[in-house]
Amino acid sequence: MTTGPTQNAPLSMYRNKEGLGVWEHRGKVAAVGIGHSPTARRWDETPETSLGAWSIMALRNALEDAGVSPDQVDGLVISPGSLGEPWSPRPIPEDFANMFQLTDNPNDGLSQMSAEFVLKNMPELTNVQFTMYGPGCMSNAICVAAQAIGDGLTNTCLVLTGRNNLAGRYGQYGANAQDTVSGPGQFTAPWGPTGPTGDALSFSQYLRKYNVKKEMFAPFVVNEKRNGLMFPEGFFAQHRPDEVVTIEDYLAARWIVKPLNLYDCDIPMCVSVAYLFTTRERARDMKQKPVYLLTHATTKPNFGIWQTLEGAEASTDSTARKLYSGSGLTPADIDIENMYDGYTTFHNYYLESLRWHGVGKGDALHFYQGDISVEGPHPISSSGGNAGSGRTRIWMHTDSIQQLQQRAGRRQVRIKNGRPETAVSGGPMPQTGDFMIWSTDPD
Amino acid sequence: MPKQSPVPDDFSKPFWDACNEERLILQNCKSCDARRGLNVLQYPPQPTCVWCGESDSMEWLEMSGRGNIREYCVMYDCRTRSLQADQPFNIACIELEDDRSVLMYSHLPGTPVDQVPIGAKVELIFEVTPATGQKVPEWRVVE
Repeated sequence: MTTGPTQNAPLSMYRNKEGLGVWEHRGKVAAVGIGHSPTARRWDETPETSLGAWSIMALRNALEDAGVSPDQVDGLVISPGSLGEPWSPRPIPEDFANMFQLTDNPNDGLSQMSAEFVLKNMPELTNVQFTMYGPGCMSNAICVAAQAIGDGLTNTCLVLTGRNNLAGRYGQYGANAQDTVSGPGQFTAPWGPTGPTGDALSFSQYLRKYNVKKEMFAPFVVNEKRNGLMFPEGFFAQHRPDEVVTIEDYLAARWIVKPLNLYDCDIPMCVSVAYLFTTRERARDMKQKPVYLLTHATTKPNFGIWQTLEGAEASTDSTARKLYSGSGLTPADIDIENMYDGYTTFHNYYLESLRWHGVGKGDALHFYQGDISVEGPHPISSSGGNAGSGRTRIWMHTDSIQQLQQRAGRRQVRIKNGRPETAVSGGPMPQTGDFMIWSTDPD
Repeated sequence: MPKQSPVPDDFSKPFWDACNEERLILQNCKSCDARRGLNVLQYPPQPTCVWCGESDSMEWLEMSGRGNIREYCVMYDCRTRSLQADQPFNIACIELEDDRSVLMYSHLPGTPVDQVPIGAKVELIFEVTPATGQKVPEWRVVE
């Protein structure tokens, strides 16, 4: 067992500068297992569907998927927050307390996940020596786990994130429900720039700068929703399989923050997802075909209340340079493009910076007018992203691994005869996030 | 619009006190001035300079109260309860004449929803927030 409290990963574990060259562990770390829980729109407050229960389920599913016994795991990296409202100060439900070994944190297993909670409630993980947090989302945790394995801190490492969505309108709790505001929000909250305000501002600027219309963005969102319905692990495939969104639906949707509407925003939900990562050497013996990490990259610049379009583009340009230099690949080498989409218009900046399939600055909305389906030559965002499957920030990673393992089912792309070799994924935001390149070939 | 009242803390108190006197002051880093030869204004206020990390080098400078509308969007589904009754409303980003890189939010009082003249000149005003009476900076289009 580990000793001492689990810490956030130090900055030194992130590749957050340009000019670092090829990642020193290129091809030496592989994803070998995927585990998902079911999904739900909101938590029904039973212990069996709690964040803790579903996280344990996801971890066990990842082990089973990889064909690895729990005693072989020696590392655990978690993105601990769940994005939604914290459970505390509500009392811990009695039936939850009866089912789980609790920690001192009243939110643990209910609205956030600690390594301590996992280890207390998965006694079969007998050999975990390394635990660490990659805060924010799964993209961060993947970077941390990859670097930790490469650095020799762990050999076979579970990576976990979970989302919980409690009853009530999302985000309308805590400071947002008060008449006063303190802390960092004191300079922004009085004007109410909640939800996708920053991206609405950037997209307004984008539409004007590149002389394009919002209507031209509709095919991208429609395609995201379609891909989501082909993602059996996702919320819409499980709960609203008939909810096909058309261009007309998109253009008629109610505004959230104009120019972004309902379908530009991801639906908050409950799910837990885990991956199993290991070394290149160990990956050879496992049940699933290994998918190797060629590099990871982090971009987190300073900015004030809003990062302008120019700032967002500069950030995604920096991310692209780090990914290509760290992996040694070029835009032409990337088969699967799975950059983050929650809010949908984020995707444009990533795509244009990556220059995937020749898309340049201001080209994204023109590009979406072509065949971008998974069956076609430009199977963009084959995961369907958060727009397609719900607010988790994980679909792009699961899909990238599944596509390269040729087990994406109906979403399996047709390029290269259904045998794509490389993928790029990451997020959450153009301004600030963590990203990676995957490959079937470690060399 | 009934904005939330900001609650000052140690490092933001000079900013909010100045607002109550209907003055807009921003932080400037003297060290960065010396190194880069230009004023590096900082908003929102921070305990240290976000560029060089120094705290002793920060000073407060009074702004002209003039700016331009850089961009705007229209809020229809706000998470902040006190503003929901006024939906939809404009949220504009104002760039300060003193330093175009400094952006501040505004509801643009007096400007009809979704009829925002991007690039237009704006002038500084102050609004009283109902909960505590703290004044906050606002901007209105100059006719």
